Amino acid sequence: MPRHEPWDAERAGEIIARYRHLEGAGLPILHALQETFGCVPDEAVPLVAEALNLSRAEIHGTATFYHDFRKQPAGRRVLKLCRAESCQAAGGDALAARAEAKLGVAMGETTLDNRVTLEPVYCLGLCHSSPAAMLDKHVFGMLDEAKLDQLVKEAQA
Amino acid sequence: MSARIFISRDSGALCVGAEEVARAFYKAFETRGLDVEIVRTGSRGMYWLEPLVEVAADKGRVGYGPVKAGDIDALLDAGMLEGKPHSLGIGVVDDYPWLESQTRLTFKNCGIIDPRSLEDYKAHGGYRGLAKALAVGPKATIEEVITSGLRGRGGAGFPTGIKWRTVADTQTQQKYIVCNADEGDSGTFADRMIMEGDPFVLIEGMTIAGIAVGATYGYIYIRSEYPDAIEAMEIAVREARKGGMLGRRIAGSEFDFDMEVRAGAGAYVCGEETSLLESLEGKRGEVRAKPPLPAHIGLFGKPTVINNVLSLATVPIIMSEGGPHYRDFGMGKSRGTMPIQLAGNIKHGGLYETAFGITLGALVDDIGGGTRSDRPVRAVQVGGPLGAYFPRALFDTPFDYEAFTAADGLIGHGGIVVFDDTVDMAKQARFAMEFCAIESCGKCTPCRIGSARGVELVDKIVAGDDAAANLIVLEDLCNTMKFGSLCALGGFTPYPVMSALTHFPEDFGAKKRLQAVE
Repeated sequence: MPRHEPWDAERAGEIIARYRHLEGAGLPILHALQETFGCVPDEAVPLVAEALNLSRAEIHGTATFYHDFRKQPAGRRVLKLCRAESCQAAGGDALAARAEAKLGVAMGETTLDNRVTLEPVYCLGLCHSSPAAMLDKHVFGMLDEAKLDQLVKEAQA
Repeated sequence: MSARIFISRDSGALCVGAEEVARAFYKAFETRGLDVEIVRTGSRGMYWLEPLVEVAADKGRVGYGPVKAGDIDALLDAGMLEGKPHSLGIGVVDDYPWLESQTRLTFKNCGIIDPRSLEDYKAHGGYRGLAKALAVGPKATIEEVITSGLRGRGGAGFPTGIKWRTVADTQTQQKYIVCNADEGDSGTFADRMIMEGDPFVLIEGMTIAGIAVGATYGYIYIRSEYPDAIEAMEIAVREARKGGMLGRRIAGSEFDFDMEVRAGAGAYVCGEETSLLESLEGKRGEVRAKPPLPAHIGLFGKPTVINNVLSLATVPIIMSEGGPHYRDFGMGKSRGTMPIQLAGNIKHGGLYETAFGITLGALVDDIGGGTRSDRPVRAVQVGGPLGAYFPRALFDTPFDYEAFTAADGLIGHGGIVVFDDTVDMAKQARFAMEFCAIESCGKCTPCRIGSARGVELVDKIVAGDDAAANLIVLEDLCNTMKFGSLCALGGFTPYPVMSALTHFPEDFGAKKRLQAVE
């Protein structure tokens, strides 16, 4: 079952209508669009601009400023490995290289079968239990090679 | 009365399997026909003991950890529910030396109460600070916060009460309270712990701020990397509203105050206050030039109090116990307590709240227990990605805003990341520049271009490519970034870079170069 709905302008309009009354509705709308479609499609930009009475350039600028908003949907599962200092101190670099090798992709890429997107993240706030990772919205800490392998396997499943 | 056990729902506990343990306990109780209530709390901050399971016993809460699902039968057989000894037992949790030696003010209730229950919060002294604020009125509330000496815990260390007074003195219909919960610094997790473990204390702090300055609406801007904290805060806001503690005429008073949770979108720079305001307004998170201060022209152009989670979460205890009580902890101009976060390659990773003045060495070696890899500590980075690296030679530095400034560092948000002797400090310096390049908002040139040039320079120096001359250029670049950047991202990136160069020159190929000269 696909995680996300295909692009549908009418559906996008409903989502935008749900949030447009908010003060500073930009981010809530972009988040909601991505939640539904897996990304912020180019087609959505003029719709958001129209609803918020802003230029397309402004919405495009906002959508492309933030690391979270995607142009294309991610793979079925998203595995984020923390690459910040605390996890570096606890062996995170080696684990990141291991994950890249296991999945056959570099950081920021998606496997060819579209199952797993591997991404760096700069801090999950689990620095007491570094190295840390996040698979979709689930967190994992105190990673070692065995635990990472298990995590990669779960992501591929 | 049925027995009660406590298991954390804090993501620091979840990340090492607390959910599986809780589920296994439910199953074990069912199998054994035991009537036991499982209360899901926040974390005590002793993460090497998570999943920590606590049992309500006559002598207090007795702890066991780290517990795995496979340990449960043995624990129950040993009489865990009566608080009896077991090899995983740590005794009465409040008496456990690591916890007992702390001064928990901001984190008084964290790990103890049920973060989803307004009743539990009130039963543990919650909303006494608000009651006091309502009783003494806005002016006296601000005076109390000024008296406490509380300084912004986000890193800048600006006196919170002064900020509030500035906003209170503005004459506008609409003002805002904004809580900066964009805790992006590596090595920090205190904000996350409060939001997941004691969210009502933050709501109470924001409410008091609102009453004090005349603001009726607040926003909590939480980074998207914290889905558990976002959920916890959303639940707490709903509960508070249901319980009459948010909305119209809060707690039966004449004051209105409500708030909502907003999620960030993965931009580190949005932890900078003006960038955060831009982001809340739905724009690119580009830093604003100051002045005007947010206190005068803040969110949507209105006077705005923007404070860190810890600053706001400390206000309730300042109000309930009085400003002098808080002020009497600490040293010099650093008053009260600091929730210090021990991270990286460390044995006892977690949250240690203590009065200012404790030395860095005591924190790393004694409380942190040294490295998890059992190798010597070589460097610690204090204050996040923009904080300086300290060598052992500076371990006598007391944890204090001014003392750290004097040592060319900063305490920032109170995170300490420990590295053992395998660390390559040139690599860390390069990473500092690289991180700045990735996260720069792009508005000012020293940060946007300087960070990219910085990466190249470190590479050249390490490769021995005209290293002596490039070292001078790097130092010069750092000065340009420090004094020419609009905000702390570009302005403080030189701290890790220069401290690595100053204290660990041997990692930058200096030895090799010296040999070549000889």
